[in-house]
Amino acid sequence: MKLITVNFLTCAVKGCKSAPASYPLHFRDAELELQELEFQPEFILNIIPRIDWEGLRVMANELGFPKIPDNKPEGDALKDEQLLKELHRLLLETHVVEGRLCCGNCGHEYMIKEGIANFLLPSHLGLMIPSVAYMNAC
Amino acid sequence: MLPTPSTSHVSFDTIYEPSEDSYLFLDTLSSASESAWLTTHFHPSTSTTTPSPSPSPLILEVGSGSGVVLAFVTANSQQILGRSDVLALGTDVNRNACAATKQTVLKAIEDHHHQQQQPPSTSPSTSPDLKPTITSTLLTDLASPIRPGTIDILLFNPPYVPTPELPSLPTTTTTTTDISTLSRSEKFEQESYYLSLTYAGGKDGMETTERLLGDIPRVLSPRGVAYVLLCAQNRPREVVERIRGWEGDGKGRWCAELVGSSGVQAGWEKLVIVRVWREFTI
Repeated sequence: MKLITVNFLTCAVKGCKSAPASYPLHFRDAELELQELEFQPEFILNIIPRIDWEGLRVMANELGFPKIPDNKPEGDALKDEQLLKELHRLLLETHVVEGRLCCGNCGHEYMIKEGIANFLLPSHLGLMIPSVAYMNAC
Repeated sequence: MLPTPSTSHVSFDTIYEPSEDSYLFLDTLSSASESAWLTTHFHPSTSTTTPSPSPSPLILEVGSGSGVVLAFVTANSQQILGRSDVLALGTDVNRNACAATKQTVLKAIEDHHHQQQQPPSTSPSTSPDLKPTITSTLLTDLASPIRPGTIDILLFNPPYVPTPELPSLPTTTTTTTDISTLSRSEKFEQESYYLSLTYAGGKDGMETTERLLGDIPRVLSPRGVAYVLLCAQNRPREVVERIRGWEGDGKGRWCAELVGSSGVQAGWEKLVIVRVWREFTI
């Protein structure tokens, strides 16, 4: 799982959807792995505008990465190839292979195994469908 | 014709094997009309709903199975979307499918890249396409952990067959059983269970599709587009009408259109693909 993924995730529990604390999810005991990928400056330049910068800063900080800029780079800052390379490494080359992702709102932890995060819920938390609740009650 | 991604590495014991519906997806998305629509929609300079530079599209396939559809769109994104700076993401309730999807997409990206390196088929002035990438696959029910407003292209080939009952969804603990410790009959039962999840749609074949449709307004970005496959028993025309009636929540008007179909049964198309998106009045 590339680190950029966390920028697109929130807690899977329905009740957490509207809670601000459910994003970003927080890593626990993350085992990181670097998998080299060709550096394509144009690609990173198009990825930056879609990144939620505050969420990225929180994640990078919690994982102990060197500090990334306080604000999303714009204009001339985007000509800094070193910065683009660092973002490429952080977002696309760094993978989480084992560990947990934790919701800051409900505390639920999602296990990551072999690079695949498990967002299936225990039966009492999942299932947003009334018909299943009904079937279980019968 | 664009090449079909290889799935020769996938074991179909618990995973849906690419079939007529999967191929309808590939044919529809790569058709001249649909590719033209998508290219205009996601072209940096023609897009009215996104800031410039136009951000890389994020493609999510829900219930990606073997990954053949996601791999096709991602690897051929230059031809289908007119740009190849795309990020792919897959979800499935079956861990084997999550692993298979990742591999299928990676392989298709590499195969596409190698083909491009073959002796020049295009003019030498054309710069090589960017290489797309897959960010991850997630073990989850539909799009439940996806952050609101993030998905630009959502693909869903649902379990659409009407069945008396809907199989229960796997939970956190379902997938922890090590398959090597299972007896022959337990293994058969588990495989049948996972395969039933790939096709069994409950009432009208719509129970799972309804839940996904209900989540579309939440997960799609303003420029987001969803493609959902339906069969005749799902009553696709009623579904289209219903989507057109969704409330616009100030982010544009909901549109739905049938953009692909295959096979004819008693005068009706057997399978159709619906495109769902928002339109903005400027």
